[in-house]
Amino acid sequence: MKAPDFDYLRPANLDAALAMLAEHDGNAVPLAGGQSLMPMMNFRVAAPEVLIDLADVAELRGITRNGDHVRIGAMTRYVQLSKDPIILADVPLIGMALPHIAHDAIRNRGTIGGSLALADPAAEMPALMLALDAAIEVVGANGTRLIKADNFFLSYFETVLEKDELITAVVIPTASNTQSFGFCELTQRHGDYALAGVAVSRTDAKYRIAFFGVADRAVRVAALEDTVGDDLEKALAHLDEIEFTDDGKANAATRQRLAGVALTRALEEMTS
Amino acid sequence: MTGPAHIFDKPNRYIGKSSPRADAARLLQGRGKFVDDVTLPRMVHAAFLRSPFAHATITAIDTAEAKDAPGVIAIYTGHDLTDHVTPYVGVLTHLKGLRSAPQHPLAVDVARWQGEPVVMVIATSRALAEDACELVEVDYEELPAVVDTETALDADTPVIHPEFGNNLAWERDVVAGDIDAAFAASGVQVIDREFRFGRHTGVTLESRGTLCDFDPSENELTVYYSGQAPHMMQVIFATHLDLPEENVRVISNDVGGSFGIKIHTYGDEIATAAAAKLLKRPVKFIADRFESFVTDIHARDHVIKARIGVTNDGDIVGIDLDDLTGVGPFSMYPRTSAIECNQILNLTGAPYNLDNYRAKGRVVFQNKTLMCQYRGVGHPIAMAVADGLLDDAARAIGMDPVAVRHLNLMADDSYPRASATGMKLDDLSHQKALTKLTDIMDYKGLREKQTEDRKNGIYRGIGFVSMVEVTNPSPMFYGVGGASIASQDGATVRLDAGGALHVASSITEQGQGTNAILAQIAAGVFGVALNRVKVTTGDTKTTPYGGGTWASRGAGIGGEAMLQAAQALKDQVLAVAAVMLQTSADKLDIQDGAVTDPDGTLRLPLADLARTVYYRGNELPNDLNPELIATRHYRVTDFPFVFTNGAMAAHVEVDTATGFIKVLHFWAVEDCGRVINPLLVDEQIRGGVVQGIGGALYEECQYSEDGQMLNATMADYMVPMASEMPDITVAHIETPTKTSVLGAKGAGEAGTGGAPAAILNAVNDALSPLNASIWQMPMTPERVLNAIDAAK
Repeated sequence: MKAPDFDYLRPANLDAALAMLAEHDGNAVPLAGGQSLMPMMNFRVAAPEVLIDLADVAELRGITRNGDHVRIGAMTRYVQLSKDPIILADVPLIGMALPHIAHDAIRNRGTIGGSLALADPAAEMPALMLALDAAIEVVGANGTRLIKADNFFLSYFETVLEKDELITAVVIPTASNTQSFGFCELTQRHGDYALAGVAVSRTDAKYRIAFFGVADRAVRVAALEDTVGDDLEKALAHLDEIEFTDDGKANAATRQRLAGVALTRALEEMTS
Repeated sequence: MTGPAHIFDKPNRYIGKSSPRADAARLLQGRGKFVDDVTLPRMVHAAFLRSPFAHATITAIDTAEAKDAPGVIAIYTGHDLTDHVTPYVGVLTHLKGLRSAPQHPLAVDVARWQGEPVVMVIATSRALAEDACELVEVDYEELPAVVDTETALDADTPVIHPEFGNNLAWERDVVAGDIDAAFAASGVQVIDREFRFGRHTGVTLESRGTLCDFDPSENELTVYYSGQAPHMMQVIFATHLDLPEENVRVISNDVGGSFGIKIHTYGDEIATAAAAKLLKRPVKFIADRFESFVTDIHARDHVIKARIGVTNDGDIVGIDLDDLTGVGPFSMYPRTSAIECNQILNLTGAPYNLDNYRAKGRVVFQNKTLMCQYRGVGHPIAMAVADGLLDDAARAIGMDPVAVRHLNLMADDSYPRASATGMKLDDLSHQKALTKLTDIMDYKGLREKQTEDRKNGIYRGIGFVSMVEVTNPSPMFYGVGGASIASQDGATVRLDAGGALHVASSITEQGQGTNAILAQIAAGVFGVALNRVKVTTGDTKTTPYGGGTWASRGAGIGGEAMLQAAQALKDQVLAVAAVMLQTSADKLDIQDGAVTDPDGTLRLPLADLARTVYYRGNELPNDLNPELIATRHYRVTDFPFVFTNGAMAAHVEVDTATGFIKVLHFWAVEDCGRVINPLLVDEQIRGGVVQGIGGALYEECQYSEDGQMLNATMADYMVPMASEMPDITVAHIETPTKTSVLGAKGAGEAGTGGAPAAILNAVNDALSPLNASIWQMPMTPERVLNAIDAAK
């Protein structure tokens, strides 16, 4: 379980990182927190020729509030999110989810941008971005683009990110007084990937509900969101629209049932 | 057996004291010396290409490209090693009828499980060896795989070893009394259940590893080995690599957990030794986690149909069971893969007064990782079947599970006696243990709270198990069947010139504190401070000959040898002291590092005595020849095993919406005879309970229909973790075994043996208002939900 040979590059700034990415044209992989990439390399499932370590790229760091948005640099680590006063005050849903994300050792290194770029369907961060109506800021050879989270995730470990692009930040609307949030994750052991999980934000009577750990990517179901405020039972029937994962931990029927339980519990414990 | 009482109650005794392990600080400071910490000059590394198929013919192997890869020293296939390693067969004569085929370290012509080593690459680093593995081309022709135990014996199932005609490895029937008549009697209710126990494995913190160093000038092989039984491995390496036994040295320094995993013959380790011999240089192999999951022995994997008959008053009239288990394509060498089934047949219902018993066991071959002895061998299954049926029967007749146990458990004054299956039992305390258990857990209070909670839709349950554990095995376990596995152990105690003790023992340390209790026994019995004892274990060259630490035998057998050796050295030292002090030995004692009067008055520091003996022998009479070293060996006689007993209880809450089970609290009352170090025994019980909870709730090696292990990573295979574990309250009853002076029985496997049954019973108690019950482990959320749905 040793990674195959690879070259290691450590650019000092964003321009250098993008230049390296372009130069290696699909044979280089950016290294963010490495909490998924390194095990995949050790398993020889991933075998990039070049790793571009983003640790020194200052442009990718920092959490700032700009008017009605919070901007989180892509290389922000979970441990930093969990201690940041802006996050805790203005993006409380992330604060609610963080204790469920793996364990201390992983939170010390794992980054928000790394998680989004990987797009593991069982990870919390993509679902949080969907529930929060976040935009993902991406930069590449053709400049910067801002992609709505709703349009970012395609399937298992697949996003709209081009091979020469890097995620630079996420931009999240600041929580308003009329908003409330819910989160529930069902795991047998604390810190595991979810059998089913859900992130909820409610603005007045309008819901954004994103499930994770249940399908090929984090998913919202429009009909469910539209009806959940009036009739939870009826809303849960719309879970049928999700093509649920069927694996050794739970079959599709169990996952659907657990998704319903997760949502019910998240709604019961919504922040007011 | 009796001994001098002052061993246990003199002022500076250590036996019975909770003294922390001396090596804990060293290990926590990162000063441990595990196999992978050892680096030798000219050392190279082995990596293995393993079969990607559960069953396949190997039609061609092309190593040409790999041989030219950077850093590659040598490449070996199965055929390359057949001239250098003799095959091995995992059968023993006392397991009558057991059969298995010859096994080679690397697959020869046919691969029979996913993960079986096929090609070994030796290179200057492990990474380069793995790179070269990717360049080896192996052509396979996939064969149909035997995966499901329940169809393994069907006529249309392919036969893994054609010479046997079918996939049956072993079968045995046990009959006592007349079960059919007992069940047919009037007023008898018969409860019928099918139990399923998933395959799981030991998941040691330190994976298997070996570093083999061959010195051609002396024709000597030195093996640094992460394992439990150095002398057993010495014989195996010598036998199959054609070396004189005395020319093989096995060194087990620190071992990071074993649980029965590291006590078998693994092809990758034997191949590593062969490579060292052929290359005449050190070769290291450290199993990575994937390799561990697909090659470390698995355990359990039983389907058991079982019945219990009870009268309406709660008397058990008999148990009838049929066990089917799958053990992989071979019986593991040298301990065999029939032992777990055999234990289930022997132990089910052993705590209870039982006149009628019938058990059938069948062990079948299949194309999965080999199965063999893992912590608690058979016990968790035997206990879950008997006590699961018993609680089910109690529910059926409306009787309390504690009352039904008190009614049926053997009386504490009824020993010595035999179980229904003929197991010899003595010095047990089932009734006392159960009474103590219900006291410490406040059983009455928990029941009252449970009734209240149910009104609020909270489903909590309380589950019990009364159990026995096989410990301190005699030669009847393996030696009698022809295995080169020592059943006795030896201890040497030596006084050095400074007045300190150097002790050596053939039992081994895997993280449980073996070295600590050896020091306690030596210090306490001989009479020096604990910090003046230096312990050596785990080296066939420097320790006495013996079995090692497994089957909960270390403290009971190795500890008794140490006690006898320390007593013998004390007698020798006092004989010298008597001459020097011109008195008689019976008027002297050794306390706190000095020869004293019986009341403790200092007469002669041990250092003074030793220096006189070692440096100034001229001061001693010519006819006095002091021996400041003593060795004693000990084996269990009269009994095949020394049984322990315990009573345990679990308190759980079942989330009926999700199927999640939370263990709220666990209690264990254990009678392991004399407790040498309560701190370490409690750790053993707790660790065992946690592994038992793992089997009950989390751990399962999942396989696809074509025999691929699906969850061979730590992210997918769920071990119990600290945040989910309950508080575990441990209490003791001490009924010393009469088979030794020390009186210690084993304690290492009780928790693993008992916990699954207690958890199962607690879950079924919680589900009882829903008329639901579950009989399959692990009790995953999906299985719990299915059980609830089935009752609707």
